Amino acid sequence: MDNIAGRKSALTWAVNISVAVLVLAWLFPTLGLFVSSFRTADQISTSGWWKAMFPSEQSLTLRAARPDTQVRDGDLYVIEGTLFTEGRGGEISAWGISSREVDAYVPGEVADLRKGGTVTVDAAGRYRMENTEPFEGSRGQRIFVTATTAPEFTFDNYRTVLFSGSTTDSMAKAFFNTLTVTIPATVIPIVIAAFAAYALAWMDFKGRALLIAVIVGLLVVPLQLALIPLLKFHNGIGIGKGYLGVWMAHTGFGLPLAIYLLRNYMVGLPRDIIENAKVDGATDFQIFTRIILPLSFPALASFAIFQFLWTWNDLLVAKVFLIDATGETTVMTNQIVELLGTRGGNWEILATAAFVSIAVPLAVFFSMQRYLVRGLLAGSVK
Amino acid sequence: MHPALQGLITIALGVGGCLGYFWLSNQILDKVIFPPRGKDIGKNINRANLVRPWLFLFPALVALGLYLAYPVVETLRLSFSDRVAGGGYEFAGIDNYTQMVSEPKFWEALRNNFFWLLIVPAASTGFGLLAAQLTDRIRWGNIAKSLIFMPMAISFVGAAVIWKLVYDARPVGQEQIGVMNALWLWFGGEEPVTWLTVLPWNNIFLMVVLIWIQTGFAMVILSAALRGIPEETIEAAIVDGAGPFQIFFKIKLPQISGTIVVVWTTITLVVLKVFDIVFAMTNGQWETQVLANYMFDKLFRANDWGVGSAAAMVIMLLVTPILVWNVRNARREMK
Repeated sequence: MDNIAGRKSALTWAVNISVAVLVLAWLFPTLGLFVSSFRTADQISTSGWWKAMFPSEQSLTLRAARPDTQVRDGDLYVIEGTLFTEGRGGEISAWGISSREVDAYVPGEVADLRKGGTVTVDAAGRYRMENTEPFEGSRGQRIFVTATTAPEFTFDNYRTVLFSGSTTDSMAKAFFNTLTVTIPATVIPIVIAAFAAYALAWMDFKGRALLIAVIVGLLVVPLQLALIPLLKFHNGIGIGKGYLGVWMAHTGFGLPLAIYLLRNYMVGLPRDIIENAKVDGATDFQIFTRIILPLSFPALASFAIFQFLWTWNDLLVAKVFLIDATGETTVMTNQIVELLGTRGGNWEILATAAFVSIAVPLAVFFSMQRYLVRGLLAGSVK
Repeated sequence: MHPALQGLITIALGVGGCLGYFWLSNQILDKVIFPPRGKDIGKNINRANLVRPWLFLFPALVALGLYLAYPVVETLRLSFSDRVAGGGYEFAGIDNYTQMVSEPKFWEALRNNFFWLLIVPAASTGFGLLAAQLTDRIRWGNIAKSLIFMPMAISFVGAAVIWKLVYDARPVGQEQIGVMNALWLWFGGEEPVTWLTVLPWNNIFLMVVLIWIQTGFAMVILSAALRGIPEETIEAAIVDGAGPFQIFFKIKLPQISGTIVVVWTTITLVVLKVFDIVFAMTNGQWETQVLANYMFDKLFRANDWGVGSAAAMVIMLLVTPILVWNVRNARREMK
């Protein structure tokens, strides 16, 4: 290995750097969404999320206190206070009182108000409005500032999306709907497939090879073909659109992969165990439930993860078989698509909603990656 | 009834029903129909064993037949029929197909699908191979793999949101919040671009989303294949004086060519069915239509089941070569 050893350190460096670049490129988009979900609408629309870690210069529209908070100071009416709400702060570099000239004054200067009186703002955001007449109106004076604010993150978006109860933005109901779709749609195909896989792996009967070939063929049949006939069928037997329909559809669509994965795994189990059990008088049913099923746990877990991710992330099947005109049964993916339409520019809501829906699959992914990889390898390399 | 409760009851009924069916049908077979006693004991055991596989298979076969096999036939039939006002269908010959091929949107979808098929599997497999080869050689390779693999868990819709933020465009003069435009301006671009409306590149920008998702899959499979290469072949090449690039292209690549084909076809299947990404990001506007979304459009917006079925049959037709190839491979393996 001499010829490699000589260049090894340079090559290792190149490899390390290339992988770092690749990983960053793959992580960057998701990171953007994650960071954005913790920023306010103002922050998102005034600076790129990659600047969120650093102090940023922002143009903000803030308000002085309402006129009914004014006090008398000698012969002047005065409104005083600080522009930034508690906990926030910043360094103001310019300010103005008209939206056409947002940076007309520097901190410390005094501006004349249109309705009479003066206002001054210092760099820390403290302001003082003075007038010989009482201030009138019900809303506070608008003050535009250009300020450098410290990085700041908030959970407000998550509060809005999860707990506000708002019908358009709320993901809470969609979250539970998705969960309601996912769990039966994951559990039921496993049971059905496990028995079929056992028959295909360990029982001898005519037509077994043909059946396996058919299942391999069905593995690739596009979902699109099933939509219209099944919708007709569901309408025909009277279940229409609803949970029952979507559970049945997911079960049917998941079965080929389930049977295929489980059969491939079960075939590899040691023959001795099964034959010994048969000699000892165990029935096929006992062999299956007491021996095969526990031994097949890794394959069962692999398929469960696949099916969970697939049903959780699905949009098409839910749109066709579940979501009716009332929208009561909307799932998260559908809710996000709708938000894209109605709230296309409100990235704080969109990013948070998307992240709520992504969080569960990511958690499953990172905690059970081992089984997922094993399943992928069993499902495609063979 | 609350859906969650309904869900729990369904799980209980579904799982309980399945287990009950299997247990009960076995009991009936063994105790009632062919009891292993009396004068026919041997014959009965054999007969029971002939029936039993079908008991085990029955629920799966019903579900597969009803939810996958029957729809293929039914969609084929529907693609040759028209809905009659007031219910029912009538044979319409190839009307649906002629109507479909007369629509420019169909040809646009077909053309775009063709480019998706050309670019996405190639790019995903290429990046996957690169990532697999590189991460296998470094200490933090497993972490790197995890992170590149992660988009696999993200829904197409979630990915669409993620990438819409990347492609976001703000009017001239405002600070750009999308990475693409920020970089574009930083590298001297004149003004921000609304990337998803620029032909023909917008198609590529949509493909990037799927490539981003599928690269991890390709990497995981190819990495396992690379590890399976016998050590001796590489050592022999090193002894013969081959450099790292020669080893990769002349020794490793030929040995994993079978796996590359599998990865390629698997991603091809995903591409043929791609729907969510286009639906969520452009909905086929700005000439980004693809077949699956075209079909969805026909089904649920135009409410034209005939043409929708015809479009589905086109997808099926494109899948068929892979289907045949897969089945042949599976049959060869069984022998």
